[in-house]
Amino acid sequence: MLQLEKIKEENRDILRLIGEVDASNSVLLDQSMQEILQQGATFLLIDGSQLGYISSAGLGVFMSYLDDFSDRGIRFAIFGLNEQVSEVFKILGLDRLIQIFPDKSTATTLAHEP
Amino acid sequence: MSHKLNLSCCTSALVELRSFLQLSLKDYGFSEMDRHQITLAVEEVCANLIIHSHACNPKEIIYLEVKDLEKKLAIEITDKGDAFNLLEYEVPDLNQVIEEKRKGGIGIFLVKKIMDEIEFESINGENTCRLIKKFPTTNMP
Repeated sequence: MLQLEKIKEENRDILRLIGEVDASNSVLLDQSMQEILQQGATFLLIDGSQLGYISSAGLGVFMSYLDDFSDRGIRFAIFGLNEQVSEVFKILGLDRLIQIFPDKSTATTLAHEP
Repeated sequence: MSHKLNLSCCTSALVELRSFLQLSLKDYGFSEMDRHQITLAVEEVCANLIIHSHACNPKEIIYLEVKDLEKKLAIEITDKGDAFNLLEYEVPDLNQVIEEKRKGGIGIFLVKKIMDEIEFESINGENTCRLIKKFPTTNMP
Protein backbone atom coordinates (compact mmCIF):
# COMPACT_ATOMS: atom_id res chain seq x y z
CA MET A 1 0.00 0.00 0.00
CA LEU A 2 1.24 3.44 -0.92
CA GLN A 3 -0.26 6.75 0.02
CA LEU A 4 1.09 9.99 -1.42
CA GLU A 5 0.63 13.42 0.09
CA LYS A 6 1.58 16.66 -1.62
CA ILE A 7 2.39 19.55 0.67
CA LYS A 8 3.26 23.11 -0.37
CA GLU A 9 5.47 24.95 2.05
CA GLU A 10 7.03 28.35 1.29
CA ASN A 11 9.24 27.79 -1.78
CA ARG A 12 9.17 24.03 -1.44
CA ASP A 13 7.03 21.16 -2.59
CA ILE A 14 7.07 18.17 -0.32
CA LEU A 15 5.95 14.75 -1.49
CA ARG A 16 5.31 12.44 1.44
CA LEU A 17 5.45 8.71 0.78
CA ILE A 18 3.50 6.61 3.24
CA GLY A 19 3.81 2.84 2.99
CA GLU A 20 5.66 0.79 0.42
CA VAL A 21 6.72 1.49 -3.17
CA ASP A 22 6.95 -1.52 -5.48
CA ALA A 23 6.31 -2.45 -9.12
CA SER A 24 2.55 -2.36 -8.55
CA ASN A 25 2.40 1.29 -7.53
CA SER A 26 5.60 3.04 -8.67
CA VAL A 27 3.57 4.60 -11.47
CA LEU A 28 1.68 6.60 -8.81
CA LEU A 29 4.95 8.02 -7.53
CA ASP A 30 5.89 8.90 -11.09
CA GLN A 31 2.55 10.65 -11.68
CA SER A 32 2.82 12.69 -8.49
CA MET A 33 6.34 13.81 -9.32
CA GLN A 34 5.28 14.75 -12.81
CA GLU A 35 2.33 16.79 -11.53
CA ILE A 36 4.50 18.67 -9.07
CA LEU A 37 7.08 19.45 -11.74
CA GLN A 38 4.45 20.53 -14.25
CA GLN A 39 3.30 23.09 -11.73
CA GLY A 40 6.73 24.64 -11.94
CA ALA A 41 8.37 23.35 -8.77
CA THR A 42 11.93 24.53 -8.20
CA PHE A 43 12.58 22.78 -4.90
CA LEU A 44 11.22 19.28 -4.35
CA LEU A 45 11.66 17.34 -1.15
CA ILE A 46 10.65 13.73 -0.70
CA ASP A 47 9.52 12.98 2.84
CA GLY A 48 10.56 9.35 3.32
CA SER A 49 10.00 9.22 7.06
CA GLN A 50 6.96 6.96 6.63
CA LEU A 51 8.37 4.91 3.79
CA GLY A 52 8.81 1.32 4.92
CA TYR A 53 10.06 -0.19 1.70
CA ILE A 54 11.11 0.73 -1.81
CA SER A 55 12.10 -1.60 -4.64
CA SER A 56 14.01 -0.79 -7.81
CA ALA A 57 10.74 0.20 -9.48
CA GLY A 58 10.49 3.19 -7.15
CA LEU A 59 14.20 3.98 -7.18
CA GLY A 60 14.05 3.97 -10.97
CA VAL A 61 11.41 6.71 -10.87
CA PHE A 62 13.73 9.00 -8.91
CA MET A 63 16.62 8.17 -11.21
CA SER A 64 14.62 8.97 -14.33
CA TYR A 65 14.21 12.60 -13.16
CA LEU A 66 17.79 13.33 -12.12
CA ASP A 67 18.85 14.61 -15.54
CA ASP A 68 15.81 16.87 -15.74
CA PHE A 69 16.54 18.24 -12.29
CA SER A 70 20.05 19.16 -13.23
CA ASP A 71 19.02 20.59 -16.64
CA ARG A 72 16.37 22.76 -15.04
CA GLY A 73 18.27 23.61 -11.86
CA ILE A 74 15.65 22.02 -9.63
CA ARG A 75 16.72 21.38 -6.05
CA PHE A 76 15.84 17.83 -5.09
CA ALA A 77 16.45 15.92 -1.89
CA ILE A 78 15.09 13.05 0.15
CA PHE A 79 14.86 13.07 3.93
CA GLY A 80 13.80 10.89 6.84
CA LEU A 81 14.61 7.45 5.39
CA ASN A 82 14.76 4.64 7.89
CA GLU A 83 17.94 2.61 8.25
CA GLN A 84 16.85 -0.25 5.98
CA VAL A 85 15.55 1.91 3.15
CA SER A 86 18.55 4.20 3.38
CA GLU A 87 20.85 1.19 2.98
CA VAL A 88 19.14 0.26 -0.30
CA PHE A 89 20.05 3.68 -1.73
CA LYS A 90 23.63 3.07 -0.59
CA ILE A 91 23.87 -0.41 -2.13
CA LEU A 92 23.00 1.12 -5.50
CA GLY A 93 25.29 4.10 -5.00
CA LEU A 94 22.29 6.40 -5.25
CA ASP A 95 23.38 8.24 -2.12
CA ARG A 96 26.12 9.78 -4.26
CA LEU A 97 23.67 10.95 -6.92
CA ILE A 98 20.76 12.09 -4.76
CA GLN A 99 21.01 14.39 -1.77
CA ILE A 100 19.79 12.49 1.27
CA PHE A 101 19.29 14.11 4.67
CA PRO A 102 18.24 12.81 8.07
CA ASP A 103 15.37 15.25 8.55
CA LYS A 104 13.35 18.02 7.00
CA SER A 105 15.16 20.95 8.60
CA THR A 106 18.57 19.76 7.40
CA ALA A 107 17.17 19.05 3.95
CA THR A 108 15.57 22.51 3.78
CA THR A 109 18.77 24.26 4.82
CA LEU A 110 21.36 22.18 3.04
CA ALA A 111 19.81 20.93 -0.20
CA HIS A 112 21.57 22.74 -3.02
CA GLU A 113 21.02 23.09 -6.73
CA PRO A 114 22.24 20.16 -8.82
CA MET B 1 12.53 -26.69 7.55
CA SER B 2 11.03 -25.10 4.47
CA HIS B 3 8.36 -22.54 3.58
CA LYS B 4 6.45 -22.52 0.33
CA LEU B 5 4.39 -19.96 -1.52
CA ASN B 6 2.59 -20.08 -4.84
CA LEU B 7 2.60 -16.58 -6.25
CA SER B 8 0.16 -15.37 -8.85
CA CYS B 9 1.82 -13.45 -11.70
CA CYS B 10 0.47 -9.99 -10.98
CA THR B 11 2.32 -7.11 -9.36
CA SER B 12 -0.39 -6.73 -6.71
CA ALA B 13 0.78 -10.10 -5.34
CA LEU B 14 4.16 -8.60 -4.39
CA VAL B 15 2.80 -7.37 -1.08
CA GLU B 16 1.80 -10.96 -0.27
CA LEU B 17 5.31 -12.07 -1.22
CA ARG B 18 6.82 -9.57 1.22
CA SER B 19 4.60 -10.71 4.10
CA PHE B 20 5.47 -14.33 3.36
CA LEU B 21 9.20 -13.58 3.35
CA GLN B 22 9.13 -11.39 6.45
CA LEU B 23 7.50 -14.28 8.28
CA SER B 24 9.58 -17.15 6.92
CA LEU B 25 12.92 -15.34 7.19
CA LYS B 26 12.42 -14.88 10.93
CA ASP B 27 13.41 -18.49 11.55
CA TYR B 28 17.04 -18.17 10.53
CA GLY B 29 18.69 -15.61 12.78
CA PHE B 30 19.08 -12.86 10.20
CA SER B 31 19.10 -9.25 11.33
CA GLU B 32 16.22 -6.95 10.40
CA MET B 33 18.55 -5.31 7.85
CA ASP B 34 19.37 -8.69 6.25
CA ARG B 35 15.70 -9.68 6.15
CA HIS B 36 14.82 -6.42 4.47
CA GLN B 37 17.51 -6.91 1.83
CA ILE B 38 16.76 -10.57 1.14
CA THR B 39 13.08 -9.67 0.77
CA LEU B 40 14.04 -6.97 -1.72
CA ALA B 41 16.29 -9.32 -3.72
CA VAL B 42 13.60 -12.01 -3.97
CA GLU B 43 10.98 -9.43 -4.91
CA GLU B 44 13.21 -8.02 -7.66
CA VAL B 45 13.55 -11.47 -9.24
CA CYS B 46 9.83 -12.18 -8.93
CA ALA B 47 8.78 -8.75 -10.24
CA ASN B 48 11.03 -9.30 -13.23
CA LEU B 49 9.46 -12.67 -13.95
CA ILE B 50 5.91 -11.39 -13.42
CA ILE B 51 6.36 -8.43 -15.75
CA HIS B 52 8.76 -9.73 -18.40
CA SER B 53 8.30 -13.51 -18.54
CA HIS B 54 4.60 -13.72 -17.69
CA ALA B 55 3.26 -10.37 -18.95
CA CYS B 56 1.37 -9.95 -15.65
CA ASN B 57 -0.96 -12.86 -16.34
CA PRO B 58 -2.48 -13.65 -12.92
CA LYS B 59 -3.34 -17.19 -14.04
CA GLU B 60 0.32 -18.09 -14.23
CA ILE B 61 2.14 -19.06 -11.08
CA ILE B 62 5.63 -18.67 -9.65
CA TYR B 63 6.61 -21.29 -7.07
CA LEU B 64 8.71 -20.17 -4.15
CA GLU B 65 10.49 -22.24 -1.58
CA VAL B 66 12.59 -20.95 1.28
CA LYS B 67 14.85 -23.63 2.67
CA ASP B 68 17.71 -24.27 4.97
CA LEU B 69 20.93 -25.66 3.42
CA GLU B 70 22.98 -26.18 6.57
CA LYS B 71 25.06 -23.02 6.73
CA LYS B 72 23.05 -21.04 4.27
CA LEU B 73 19.57 -20.13 3.23
CA ALA B 74 18.26 -20.86 -0.24
CA ILE B 75 15.25 -19.27 -1.86
CA GLU B 76 14.17 -21.20 -4.93
CA ILE B 77 12.05 -19.39 -7.47
CA THR B 78 10.60 -21.70 -10.08
CA ASP B 79 8.46 -20.85 -13.06
CA LYS B 80 7.49 -22.15 -16.45
CA GLY B 81 7.95 -19.76 -19.27
CA ASP B 82 10.59 -17.83 -21.15
CA ALA B 83 13.75 -18.43 -19.19
CA PHE B 84 15.32 -15.35 -17.73
CA ASN B 85 18.85 -16.16 -16.65
CA LEU B 86 19.92 -13.30 -14.48
CA LEU B 87 23.47 -14.63 -14.40
CA GLU B 88 23.75 -13.66 -18.04
CA TYR B 89 22.16 -10.28 -17.46
CA GLU B 90 24.66 -7.50 -17.82
CA VAL B 91 24.25 -4.98 -15.05
CA PRO B 92 23.80 -1.51 -16.50
CA ASP B 93 25.94 1.43 -15.58
CA LEU B 94 24.04 3.70 -13.20
CA ASN B 95 24.89 6.86 -15.12
CA GLN B 96 23.67 5.25 -18.31
CA VAL B 97 20.34 4.40 -16.68
CA ILE B 98 19.97 8.03 -15.60
CA GLU B 99 20.94 9.37 -18.99
CA GLU B 100 18.48 7.16 -20.81
CA LYS B 101 15.77 7.97 -18.23
CA ARG B 102 15.10 4.26 -17.92
CA LYS B 103 12.85 3.30 -15.08
CA GLY B 104 14.01 -0.30 -14.90
CA GLY B 105 17.15 -2.34 -15.17
CA ILE B 106 18.60 -1.80 -11.72
CA GLY B 107 16.73 -4.54 -9.89
CA ILE B 108 19.09 -7.33 -10.87
CA PHE B 109 22.01 -5.16 -9.81
CA LEU B 110 20.50 -5.11 -6.31
CA VAL B 111 20.02 -8.89 -6.35
CA LYS B 112 23.66 -9.44 -7.26
CA LYS B 113 24.85 -7.06 -4.54
CA ILE B 114 22.65 -8.53 -1.82
CA MET B 115 22.86 -12.29 -2.33
CA ASP B 116 26.01 -14.37 -1.76
CA GLU B 117 25.35 -16.79 -4.60
CA ILE B 118 22.94 -17.02 -7.49
CA GLU B 119 22.27 -20.22 -9.40
CA PHE B 120 20.08 -20.71 -12.42
CA GLU B 121 18.93 -23.77 -14.28
CA SER B 122 16.37 -24.43 -16.95
CA ILE B 123 15.24 -28.02 -17.48
CA ASN B 124 12.39 -29.03 -19.78
CA GLY B 125 10.84 -25.59 -19.74
CA GLU B 126 11.03 -25.28 -15.97
CA ASN B 127 13.31 -22.52 -14.77
CA THR B 128 14.74 -22.35 -11.28
CA CYS B 129 16.59 -19.40 -9.88
CA ARG B 130 18.25 -20.13 -6.55
CA LEU B 131 19.24 -17.19 -4.37
CA ILE B 132 21.61 -18.06 -1.56
CA LYS B 133 22.54 -16.13 1.56
CA LYS B 134 24.93 -17.37 4.20
CA PHE B 135 23.59 -17.45 7.72
CA PRO B 136 25.01 -14.75 9.97
CA THR B 137 28.13 -16.17 11.63
CA THR B 138 27.32 -14.73 15.07
CA ASN B 139 24.25 -16.92 15.31
CA MET B 140 26.02 -20.14 14.40
CA PRO B 141 26.60 -22.63 17.21
